Amino acid sequence: MTAAGSITALSGTGLGCIRGGRRLFAGLDFHLPAGRALVLTGRNGAGKTSLLRLVAGLQQPAEGGVRLHGAPADEPLGPYLHFVSHLDAIKAAATVHETLSFWAAWLGTGPGADAAPLPAAGIDDALDRLGLGDLADLPAGHLSAGQRRRLALARLLVAPRPLWLADEPTAALDRAGEALFGTLVAEHLAAGGLLMAATHQPLPVADPLGLEIGRRSAPAGEEETR
Amino acid sequence: MSPLPALLSREIRLAVRAGGGAFVGVLFFLVLVSLMPFALGPDMGLLARIGPAILWIGALLATLLGLERLFQTDREDGTLDLLVTGRTPLELVVAVKALAHWLTSGLPLVAAAPLLGLMVGLDPETIGLTTLTLLIGTPALTLIGAIGAALVAGLRRGGLLLAVIVLPLSVPVLIFGVGATAATAGPAGTASQPLLILTGLVLGLAVLAPVAGAAALRAGLSD
Repeated sequence: MTAAGSITALSGTGLGCIRGGRRLFAGLDFHLPAGRALVLTGRNGAGKTSLLRLVAGLQQPAEGGVRLHGAPADEPLGPYLHFVSHLDAIKAAATVHETLSFWAAWLGTGPGADAAPLPAAGIDDALDRLGLGDLADLPAGHLSAGQRRRLALARLLVAPRPLWLADEPTAALDRAGEALFGTLVAEHLAAGGLLMAATHQPLPVADPLGLEIGRRSAPAGEEETR
Repeated sequence: MSPLPALLSREIRLAVRAGGGAFVGVLFFLVLVSLMPFALGPDMGLLARIGPAILWIGALLATLLGLERLFQTDREDGTLDLLVTGRTPLELVVAVKALAHWLTSGLPLVAAAPLLGLMVGLDPETIGLTTLTLLIGTPALTLIGAIGAALVAGLRRGGLLLAVIVLPLSVPVLIFGVGATAATAGPAGTASQPLLILTGLVLGLAVLAPVAGAAALRAGLSD
């Protein structure tokens, strides 16, 4: 049984990733304590997204493993985390309100919600917070790219979870949106949450940890796999 | 709302809205069966004899129509990634999505079957039995289709491949579905045997399809 704030750290040991027969990285170690942010950097194609998908459990690592300290070791990490990828998971025919209430129902319960540092926000409150309050009854297909991103970020509020994984979370957001995301992250971290983000924008968080991927790896083709 | 009912109601709502394609299948079924008399000529005896088979082939093809998109859209827009990070096993996701697809695509076919039975000159008893076999058998078609849809979720233009995968697997369902209706011509009570086998097929597939579909989706996620 997990209680609020019981997640103490996320760590990866000896992580390796092979995609399409090509090795992206190997021997990757990181340790992210609760209340901190880890920013992934690296050139395009270095494997930032792949690392996030490994942590999310959407992909299996070639070697090594990921552990969430404070969660049962034998459970998948999926229910403990939010994965904000470059895809917004929005259906054009569903309204903004329907979209968010579905994700609140799907993601909002379970061990991750119990271990989350902050309580869940209501659907309307989250939409207001993200500046979508007036658009609640609009089919999501009519949203602009930035508004779709805001709707995707609203998931972070309605379904509380201790670990946020974000892949270029502020892409398509305007200045105000970037600042808002910074505020959301700051609140999450202050309450004891964890954030792992791949981004080129400076995150408005005090003292983030950094992890550069692919720096030590050999040039493509030199390190043969299989 | 708890996760699975939320998913079911969302799937049904998306299917019946514009662009969801819920009723395209039944329209296709209507057109296909109406074309048959034109192709075969006005021989009512022939039509009545092969009527149940026409209805079953029509239902099979109509079921295939919307299946390609069952998991493909979810994979493309990132929904599948998030469904996996819920606490609900992917097997149940596949089962619920197949159920929603049957309710919005398969059930309308069953409802339209009596009308189409009249059009091909079936007698009332055969109409009833054909509708009954479709009611029992169309879930099996949807479940087989769900396995195929999960396999082709990552492919562009997966629809043709889906048909090639699903149609051969549907042969047993077709045999026992049409077999049950043909048995009305024979001595009383002989229809129950193919009907029982058909029911067994559906129940077996209800267990197999979610497991197979989830395995296919998981394999597809990692590339």
